[in-house]
Order: sequence, then C-alpha cells, then structure tokens
Amino acid sequence: MQTSAPDDHDDLREALRALCAEFPAEYHRRHGAEDSYPEEFITALTDAGWLAAMIPEEYGGSGLGLTEASIVMEEINRSGGNAGHCHGQMYNMGTLLRHGSDEQKRRYLPKIATGELRLQSMAVTEPTTGTDTTKLKTTAVKKGDRYVVNGQKVWISRIQHSDLMILLARTTPLSEVKRKSEGLSIFLVELDQAIGKGMDVKPIPNMVGHETNELFFDDLELPSETLIGEEGKGFRYILDGLNAERTLIAAECIGDGYWFIDKATAYAKEREVFGRPIGQNQGVQFPLARAYAGVEAANLMRFEACRRFDAMQHCGAQANMAKMLAAEASWEAANACLQTFGGFGFAEEYDVERKFRETRLYQVAPISTNLILSYIAEHILGMPRSF
Amino acid sequence: MKVLVPVKRVIDYNVKVRVKADNTGVDLANVKMSMNPFDEIAVEEAIRLKEAGKAEEIVAVSIGVKQAQETLRTALAMGADRAILIEAADDVGTDIEPLAVAKLLKAVIDEEQPGLVLCGKQAIDNDMNATGQMLAALLGWSQATFASKLEIEDGSAKVTREVDGGLQVIKVKMPAIVSVDLRLNEPRYASLPNIMKAKKKPLDTKTPADYGVDVSPRLAVLKVEEPPARKAGVKVGSVAELVEKLKNEAGVI
Ligand SMILES: Cc1cc2nc3c(=O)[nH]c(=O)nc-3n(C[C@H](O)[C@H](O)[C@H](O)COP(=O)(O)OP(=O)(O)OC[C@H]3O[C@@H](n4cnc5c(N)ncnc54)[C@H](O)[C@@H]3O)c2cc1C
Repeated sequence: MQTSAPDDHDDLREALRALCAEFPAEYHRRHGAEDSYPEEFITALTDAGWLAAMIPEEYGGSGLGLTEASIVMEEINRSGGNAGHCHGQMYNMGTLLRHGSDEQKRRYLPKIATGELRLQSMAVTEPTTGTDTTKLKTTAVKKGDRYVVNGQKVWISRIQHSDLMILLARTTPLSEVKRKSEGLSIFLVELDQAIGKGMDVKPIPNMVGHETNELFFDDLELPSETLIGEEGKGFRYILDGLNAERTLIAAECIGDGYWFIDKATAYAKEREVFGRPIGQNQGVQFPLARAYAGVEAANLMRFEACRRFDAMQHCGAQANMAKMLAAEASWEAANACLQTFGGFGFAEEYDVERKFRETRLYQVAPISTNLILSYIAEHILGMPRSF
Repeated sequence: MKVLVPVKRVIDYNVKVRVKADNTGVDLANVKMSMNPFDEIAVEEAIRLKEAGKAEEIVAVSIGVKQAQETLRTALAMGADRAILIEAADDVGTDIEPLAVAKLLKAVIDEEQPGLVLCGKQAIDNDMNATGQMLAALLGWSQATFASKLEIEDGSAKVTREVDGGLQVIKVKMPAIVSVDLRLNEPRYASLPNIMKAKKKPLDTKTPADYGVDVSPRLAVLKVEEPPARKAGVKVGSVAELVEKLKNEAGVI
C-alpha cells in the first residue's frame, strides 16, 4: 500500500519488516488469546538493536531520534503485533537521556542497549487522582541518604517484564509549593531491589492483553542516587517523556490504521457476495477510503511532532494532536475493517477483533481525548481554564 | 581470502508481477524492488566464511541502475565490507544481459583478485541462470553450480550440488565460481547497528566504460505475456463419472 510517509527510512522499515515477518499473525494471536507476553518477539527486537535505537552510540545504541524510534513502533503494529509490549523503553529513554546524570547513564544505558536490562515501566497514574497528575498522593520523603516512598499506583504496565521503572512521586507537599506542578520528583527504581521490599505488584486482567498492574508502596526505601535530575522538578522532566510517549502512540495507531486498511481492502477485493466482490460496492469502498485519508493526515502530524522533538523544539501541541488524530483515525479504520469483514471480523482467526480492541485503548491511554482537547483549548486557543 | 559477491536488484518476490499493456516487459513503476533472494544467500554464505575465519574481506558488486545502491547497502548492512556499483542503465526496465554482466564482473575480478566468487544460481526476474557459468568460462576458473553446501579446504572447495535426482559432491580448485541454491543457508536480517554502520562503508561507483565493456543488448525481447489464466475445475458426482471423463474428455486413460 502506498503512503505519503517520507521514504528516508525505507531501509529501516525493510529490515524491520523482515524481522516482524518471522513472527506471523498466529504468533501474536496466540499471545493475545493467552494474555501472555511475546517474549521471543521482544528478544528478537532487542537482539537486532531496535529497542536501543535512541541510546547514543557511545553507550552501545544507534543514537537515533524519536522519528526512527516511532518507525520501529509503527512497523510492529503494522505487521500485526502490539508495540504496547515494548514501547515503554522508547518513551522512558527520552527522560533518562535528557535528565539523567552521567553516572546514571553510564550505569544503565550500556546494559539497556545489550538487552541485559529493560527500562519498560513508568509509574504515574494513581487510582484516586487519575488524570489530575499533579494531585497524585504517592510521597517520597527524604530521610538521610534515602527516600522513603508510600502510596499507590494503578495501570503500571510491563512491570513483570522490566528491570527498571521511572516513578513519579511528590517530594514536597502540595500545600508548600507555589505551583502544583512543583514539588514532584522522578526516580529510577531497580525493580529487583523494590518488589517484595516495600513495593507490591498486583496484576490487572484487562481487555487488551497488556501486562499491567496495581502497585502498592509501603515504606519502600530508595537510595538518593535514584533521583533523576533535581528534586522537585520531576513533573517538567516527565513531560519530555510524555511528549515522546504520545508521539510514539500516534505512530502505533498509524501502524494499526494501515494494517486495518490493508486487511480490509484485501478482503473486500476477494470476498464475493451477490456474484461480485463486496469491494465493488461504494458502500464498502467509501468508509475504507475515508479511513485511509484520516490515517494519512494524522501521519503528517506525527512526523511533525517527531521533527520538533528531535530538534529540541516545543512539541507539546503537536505530540498531543498527533496522538488524538492518530487514535481516532486508527479507530475509524478498525471500525471500517470490522464492518468490511462482516461476521468473520468477530472470529479470532482473522485478527481483526484483537487489533480492534488493542487500538481502542489509545483514545484513553496514555491520555484521554478530552484532556487533549482541553489542553488545546486552554494552552493554544487561550480559552479559560476549565479545571 | 577475498570473496566477491555479485548482487542484483530485482522485483521483490512478494510482488504480484504485472505485464505491461504493450507486452514489452514487466511493469516496474512504483513496484517494490529487493535483492535477488539467491544473492542474499550468497552474501550470507560469504559472511559465514568470514565469521569462520576463512575469508578476510567481502566485496559486493552490483550492475544496473543507480538505485541498485540500495541493494548494495543491504549487502553492507548484512556484513559485506565494501561495495562497487557499476551504473550501466538509466531506465529501471533495462535488463543487462548475462554476457555483459559476466564481462564486467571479469574486469572487476581482474582488479580485485578474489579467491572465491559466490553468486546466486539465477535472478528471479528473468531466470537466466547463465551469468556464473559465463563468468567461469571467461576467467577460465573452476565452477560449481547449485551449491547446497560449501566447505573451503586448502586450495579447494568441496561443494554439494543439488542435481536432478539427488545430491552430487564435487571438489573444485580455487579460485572458483560457486553459484548457490536455496537450501545453502537462511540469510540473516540486518540489525539496526549494522544498518547504521553500512551507511559509512565505502561504495564506489563506476560505469561500463571504466572497464571498456560494451553492454548493448545482443538479444531482442519479442513479446512478454502473462501465463494463461487457470480455468475453473469441475466437481464430479461419482467415480464412474470421473473415469468416463478421464477416458473420453481428457483422453488420459
Ligand atoms: C492498558 C493500560 C495501560 C496503562 N499503562 C500505564 C502506565 O504504564 N503508566 C501509567 O502511569 N499509566 C498507565 N495507564 C493509565 C492511563 O494513562 C490512564 O488510564 C489515563 O491517563 C486516564 O486516567 P484514568 O483512567 O484515571 O481516567 P480519569 O482521569 O478517571 O478519567 C475518566 C474519563 O473522564 C474524562 N475526564 C476526566 N476529567 C475530565 C475533565 N476535566 N474534562 C473532561 N473530561 C474529563 C477523561 O477524559 C476520561 O474519559 C494505563 C492505562 C491502561 C488502560
């Protein structure tokens, strides 16, 4: 299928497609049905260096930008897989690279590059405060050369398949800071030093086969070297990670969108009803053509967000808009694809129902559409603050 | 030992080939092109020889249009050390004939002096299966075609060949041309760090004139046609009907 994406990265795409082709639809279907982690696939991606794309060469990575990282995510989803199993490493990387100390980079990056360590988890969301991140209640209180963490997180993904986790917690009480975004800090937690030693993990069975969990902190002690950057500035640091995350999610949705349209057009050309292919009916063609146009348009915003992130320019607006447009476009493509398949779309063996569920997530996580709209309204259009 | 691997840019094996409306050839506009799969196997074998300490350097050579650079970059990303592109055509539809390719390769080999040439047994676009053999004749070197196993010994190569009815094992004196078959190995896919390294590896660009070779065609393609579409079958109701049809309609029994 032709797309308007720039062809500068076709060499990367081709190599990725060759790797992904070794993991056919049945593979992802099996892991989807069992809710199990596609360990072999993630290992193959790691061994071929793809999950270290953004790590600088001096630490054993390829020193590429978010643009290339997003292509990795896109191709995984476009091949029928689910990048949700490994995208954490890419968006966390932005935070560690831009705000981690040299010591932290030296200690972790080379091992992440070889795959010896995985940095797949980021703990932000909490059960009682949800999207209202700055009100989060998990605290980290400094005691000597340690921080003591108490609180609770929810929906924290890939913990059981990660070695490291970035944790956002409040280090100065909300009542003592001028702005609510101050007084939050981020920590790089070594999970084997935390689980069972003040941090408990409870898996959440869910609709999309994500390995995602509730976390409970009860006097978890973190050495002060685990603090990333300066105390109290964590919210600002994590925003870089969030912009990367939103752009990567946009790319995954783009990959999904193309997958749905590819699948649906192939089926529409082949399936004959009333003595002709269903794809000969404009009633079948138009929803797919519209969905394609939507995915293509969203893809342009995704590349613009990537370009700005890589050029160290402000990209909050573009990253958010790319995520919203791409998630809506992939959903429209999913819906059109399911409709095109008719009853067969509901059978597991066509993979449509699985991808349909998986792509739906991205209108809610990592940030819901309403919150993006309120961001645009308030910060770009200058309308009064609504909450 | 230096190993030379010629690689050809061909229509991707996954593409559904369409014949041009004027029957002069195959439609290559906006079509995905890739390295000839047999050449990928040859590159892989060369890399394995290098990894086993039996080869020091791998030189990939491609003859064709400028875009064959991408094919060479793929070979470099897999593990070839350097590449030579001989730009012999401007139009992606132009196919350089085996004899011209063999003459150009001979000229490169005269300069490079490799101990072994590993090439695909044929290119999947025109299925000529001729270049390796012609090259061996021009050089006066030993040749072993359709290799499914290759063992380099002192001054010779032991090659298992896939022939009709079985496997034939022969020993050839080096330097030699070995053309490879499907079951020799499974080529690796390029890793990201190797793709990045390949961008910095040397790639020389030449023209046929640099080697004094005339590449003008000696064959004329008269017509290219799609194979006739397969006719729908029929369902027979009974064994008796089947036998009747085989006898009277098909005339085979
Ligand atoms: C599978 C999965 C994996 C996840 N992985 C992670 C992870 O690894 N790390 C992590 O930190 N989080 C993770 N999350 C959490 C995710 O980021 C949140 O679910 C998301 O940000 C929404 O927060 P919430 O669920 O608390 O919804 P709420 O904040 O409770 O919102 C519920 C609904 O109300 C709407 N709403 C709320 N306030 C307003 C308002 N003012 N105006 C208009 N509408 C409003 C929202 O748009 C939403 O539709 C994951 C979630 C899922 C489902």
